[in-house]
Amino acid sequence: MRSNTIIFSNKPKIIATGTIAGPKECRGVVGKYVDKALIEDTFGESTYEKAECKMLSFAIAKAIKNAGLKETEMDLLISGDLLNQIISASFAARDFEFPFLGVYGACSTMAESMAIAAAFINAGYYKKIVAATGSHFSSAERQYRYPLELGNTRPPQSQWTVTGAGGCVISDMGAANSQTDGISITSATFGKVVDYGITDVNNMGAAMAPSACSTILQHLRDMGRKADYYDLIVTGDLGALGSRILKDLTWEKGVDIQKNHVDCGEIIYNVIEDEFQGGSGAGCSAVVFNSYIMDKIKKRELNKVLFVATGALLSTVSSGQGESIPCISHAVAIENV
Amino acid sequence: MTGKDRENYNKNYIEYVNSFAPPTKHFKNCIRTFFVGGLICTIGQFIRIILEKAFGLSGDELAGTTSMILIFLGCFLTGLGVYDRIGRNAGAGSIVPITGFANSVASPAMEFKTEGYIYGLAAKMFVVAGPIIVYGVLSGSLVGVIYWLLGLA
Repeated sequence: MRSNTIIFSNKPKIIATGTIAGPKECRGVVGKYVDKALIEDTFGESTYEKAECKMLSFAIAKAIKNAGLKETEMDLLISGDLLNQIISASFAARDFEFPFLGVYGACSTMAESMAIAAAFINAGYYKKIVAATGSHFSSAERQYRYPLELGNTRPPQSQWTVTGAGGCVISDMGAANSQTDGISITSATFGKVVDYGITDVNNMGAAMAPSACSTILQHLRDMGRKADYYDLIVTGDLGALGSRILKDLTWEKGVDIQKNHVDCGEIIYNVIEDEFQGGSGAGCSAVVFNSYIMDKIKKRELNKVLFVATGALLSTVSSGQGESIPCISHAVAIENV
Repeated sequence: MTGKDRENYNKNYIEYVNSFAPPTKHFKNCIRTFFVGGLICTIGQFIRIILEKAFGLSGDELAGTTSMILIFLGCFLTGLGVYDRIGRNAGAGSIVPITGFANSVASPAMEFKTEGYIYGLAAKMFVVAGPIIVYGVLSGSLVGVIYWLLGLA
């Protein structure tokens, strides 16, 4: 059977991360772990788009700084975001004097950029790459849904786009400060586009769960591993509902991830106000993974993690025309070696 | 998997998702709608009575002034960022009265101001309210035509 998984024999290392999150997010689990907790979600800018761009820029710069590197030592920036024509990523890249590769995988962008970065480094083309992404509640809401101040009721299946950005530096060698020396990307699985016919744009969890299921099963099959090989299988932004569906779907295929699966969207918010099923957006997995989960890996509380970021590849035009929502998930295996 | 197979598979999946998706609480929303909508209308009526007794307005002047005050309040609360909070908990109660209409015009106007006063604020002002106006006028005209026909008989 065909394998969709790349095995990185040279073991590219994640040497540092940089994260930033909005006020609402910081009241939750990531609050303690992020590099900067915003007090107001505009980040001192006049528009939300500028704020999103500045957050992303901050995450990239912070990751480089945390790695103890200088901008001149960096080879490539791989980034993307949710806004039309990935403006946040492209505009953030203006601030940096090294090449930029824009990618789009909706909310799966973090895993996609990490996988591409790892592939470049494993092949020896580059030595130091930053992979980063972010999202902002207000800019996403404006593009995909209604104006912020419009008084409408949110349906109970809906999720809340995370305000935040996260990035990591991936390198061919471990960092000088050897604390994070052994965190390697050992393999990556690029997912297929999966569409089970969900048309409800408020029910992203249900739309994305089948694609996460497909990628996880493919990864486990390609690597000849059981689900319990991983200490944690972490998905991007399925939310509480999607996470439950994923468990059911994998169970149906004879793979049990009940014990070691967690979803970034489900855990990011503490206070249930209007978030309902939890967080979503590119920033969701970027912030949770690069702060909270990376911290656990650094402390060796987790040693083998499968990071599966999930993305819904819709646009306002496609959903307006009644199209269903095609989804994609990419998996990256991160291990302490 | 193509064609019919896919369709059946998708149908099963959607049924499965719907089987445990949290239902929209229609009854609870209706109760809230009744009270919030009722409250807004009562405030409107209160303003109307004040205008009538204290300022001696009547007829079209009275109705117009009352609506203007309510529209102002709707816009004002939108600007303060309060109206969307009311709306989130009010079911449709805060959408149906005229204050809701004011909110649906004021909120995109505020939001798109960043793209300029002409192509942003003015052009996007009616993205939410536009359909209401179009179909409101259309159904109004239809009812007018029906009345006219009834008058002929």
